[in-house]
Amino acid sequence: MVDITPEKIENVGPAEVPEADLYHAHSWWTKYVFSQDAKVIAVQYGCTAVAIGLVGLVLSWLMRLQLGFPESFSFISPELYLQFVTMHGMIMVIYLLTALFLGGFGNYLIPLMVGARDMVFPYVNMLSYWIYLVAVLVLCASFFVTGGPTGAGWTLYPPQAILTGTPGGAGWGIVLMLVSLSLFIIGFTMGGLNYVVTILQGRTRGMTLMRMPLTIWGIFTATVLALLAFPALFVSAIMMTLDSVLGTSFFMPAIVEFGEQLSYGGGSPVLFQHLFWFFGHPEVYIVALPAFGIVSDLLSIHARRHIFGYRMMVWAIVGIGALSFVVWAHHMYVSGMNPYFGFFFATTTLIIAVPTALKVYNWTLTLWRGDIHLTIPMLFAIAFIITFVNGGITGLFLGNVVVDVPLSDTMFVVAHFHMVMGVAPILVVFGAIYHWFPLMTGRMLNDAMGRFHFWVTFVGAYLIYFPMHYLGFVGVPRRYWSVDDTSFIPDSAADLNAFITVAALIVGFAQVVFIFNIIVSTFKGKLAERNPWKATSLEWQTDTVPPGHGNFGKELPVVYRWAYSFSVPGTKDDYVPQNIHPDDVKLVSSESNV
Amino acid sequence: MWVAIIVALVAIGSLVFHLYTPWWSTEIASNWGSMDTTIDITFWITGVAYILILMFMAMCIYRFQSKSKKRQNLENTNHKADYNPESKKLEVWLTVITAVGVAGLLAPGLYVWNDYVTVPEDAVEVEVMAKQWEWAFRYPGADGKLGLSDAKLINEDNPFGLHLDDPNAQDDILVSDGYDLHLQLGQPVTMLLRSLDVLHDFYVPQFRAKMDMVPGLVTYYWMTPTRTGEFDILCAELCGTSHYAMRGLVTVEGKDAYDAWMAEQETFAQTRADIKNKDDLIPKVAMNANAQETDTQTVTR
Repeated sequence: MVDITPEKIENVGPAEVPEADLYHAHSWWTKYVFSQDAKVIAVQYGCTAVAIGLVGLVLSWLMRLQLGFPESFSFISPELYLQFVTMHGMIMVIYLLTALFLGGFGNYLIPLMVGARDMVFPYVNMLSYWIYLVAVLVLCASFFVTGGPTGAGWTLYPPQAILTGTPGGAGWGIVLMLVSLSLFIIGFTMGGLNYVVTILQGRTRGMTLMRMPLTIWGIFTATVLALLAFPALFVSAIMMTLDSVLGTSFFMPAIVEFGEQLSYGGGSPVLFQHLFWFFGHPEVYIVALPAFGIVSDLLSIHARRHIFGYRMMVWAIVGIGALSFVVWAHHMYVSGMNPYFGFFFATTTLIIAVPTALKVYNWTLTLWRGDIHLTIPMLFAIAFIITFVNGGITGLFLGNVVVDVPLSDTMFVVAHFHMVMGVAPILVVFGAIYHWFPLMTGRMLNDAMGRFHFWVTFVGAYLIYFPMHYLGFVGVPRRYWSVDDTSFIPDSAADLNAFITVAALIVGFAQVVFIFNIIVSTFKGKLAERNPWKATSLEWQTDTVPPGHGNFGKELPVVYRWAYSFSVPGTKDDYVPQNIHPDDVKLVSSESNV
Repeated sequence: MWVAIIVALVAIGSLVFHLYTPWWSTEIASNWGSMDTTIDITFWITGVAYILILMFMAMCIYRFQSKSKKRQNLENTNHKADYNPESKKLEVWLTVITAVGVAGLLAPGLYVWNDYVTVPEDAVEVEVMAKQWEWAFRYPGADGKLGLSDAKLINEDNPFGLHLDDPNAQDDILVSDGYDLHLQLGQPVTMLLRSLDVLHDFYVPQFRAKMDMVPGLVTYYWMTPTRTGEFDILCAELCGTSHYAMRGLVTVEGKDAYDAWMAEQETFAQTRADIKNKDDLIPKVAMNANAQETDTQTVTR
């Protein structure tokens, strides 16, 4: 039996929790609405995030209609266009991806995968969701106030974010956005502390840090990043609110707006950018690291092979997380900051490519000599690698300071960040949903609809974003309502834009099939066998499927090995769950070898 | 089988698209050809890596796809997969190769960036001033020095906010028409960039260079125009509702044409004098008008 570090662990609490009954919810309200069960909170987070994400999707259609067919949709004014761009970006980055990965998958998987009964602070965990919901509602409210939501771009750069020349700048739009962000951060902090403390303190016996599935490592590191990075956004949101409402000048220098002297003076717009990107760059990894972790597990399970170089994968996640705090100004090469910073930030940015590339190699090396089952989660995992490598490579363009100069603020940037932090992580989200749906509902998602959804989404998304980079080389700027009368942009660019718009509409409608599949399969899907993917990690080893409140039965599982004991030589089955006692592992008997 | 083919097709298709794309950089009109070269180097190094990784993955999927018929049933007692959790040697080699590749990208990048931030001594200065949503320009005039400016001094008569008593400001040449920026072919020029209200970005794709304009700061970049012609000026940093319509035009021309155009421009001192004269003239003009009116009346009578 070749296990990694199977030492005895001493000094741990009792595995039995006789008083667990006290914690069970007794009414419908406390069981399904104001629930303190991390699994219910996860579903609440997930559904809310997907709902607001669908709003973001519709907004992207509207802006693509304007870009693809600029003459045809007269109701889309320049103001509305900028509002679509802004709300789409903010919704997708913060309210969909961050909430879904950490609030959704984090809540569902952390207690189950580390062998805990729940998060360590269930009540705070419940509050986290409800504050998140209020943040989403405040965000939605901004669609209905006078002047509409803010159109300052998701980066909300002052001074324009709070001046009259920007949609929603002088009215309620920007204030509601800042309030909503502040609420989101408060709610997230409550959840985030839970995730970190649960992973550090709530692991079951034998679950050493270096036996945790990479999913947990990804979510853990991302949460630590988020707890350190979000405060920078929080203070800048508060400071900008003060600038807007009380007339302070944190980010506002002397300004002459449309010929009129404003009363601001002495503030620094560049300071806001530093604060924003000190949050904003780690934010990329807050989304990417959970995706890295989850995709590692999907690849390993569905290729029936251990993840290649587990320890390297863990250190790469931690290293990327640490480095992500010293690269923020690569978003600011042409911001007017001291140009000599460019040398430092280009160097740190390109260094981060090394651990990232190693992760990619190890994913592909996991497939090498595997027993690859092309299930839907596996297809999404493969598609993730393709799109992530593509987006990572264009990151090497933009991170290399001098290459960034001609490409910054063009469609190249739009294509890059959509590929790397839009398409790639969302493909992982889909793969993860197909993978864990049987655990959450006890039923399988429909395979045919799933394959249709996969192929349209992957091929469509690639056709949208790959050619878009080349519009950036032409020099087509981003956030432009119209590029009419621009001599250097060839007419063929308009044809490409129309093509991209059509592709975007098709990919968008494929998501309807996915939602339909989820709804139908939840109630009428094929009943799943226990542990249908033959996975080793603890969430599949519960007494009941779906797991009940308290997750495990009377006794918590005891962990004897890492989560990647697939196809271990000498064992009968091609997987050995983490909680099977070494004496109980079925070995290939000597007779059968004869 | 099909999945392996499609992964390979993604790699090949991307390569073919790259080689035959009709969409590529506009013809360059400045000295920053080295930026284009750096992009080419980056394409070579990263492109090779991309094709290799995708092809390796396609090969893995083709060779190691499970032979079991049932797609969803992962139970498989006769182990097909290999068990070999780590290979230090392989991981070290991959780290080294990646590090070399990254260094190959970074070295030329930093080399060219050093040029970008080092302004040559013979560069002349031109100021670009942005406001929502138009451009204006200022040349230093005969003394080669721009006068001091301050946003607080801006009013209708002093749109650039110049210090009226600064001697360097008197011969500055102010161009309020955003479509009338002229640059001299082959003359290195430092574009001094400032904004009155929000962030803007002075962006001429043919020059490759760009830099944000920040109220309260003067930012800059330098370049040498290398091709005559007229080029669009765009704003590349979101600056409000009419961001897309914030356009201008720069004309790059030879020394003679440039000098001729410059000779036609009025200095700041001259414009001030004009304004002063106009103020003095107003009562006179009014009086003349009255006189004319009386004349007309006489004629009618």
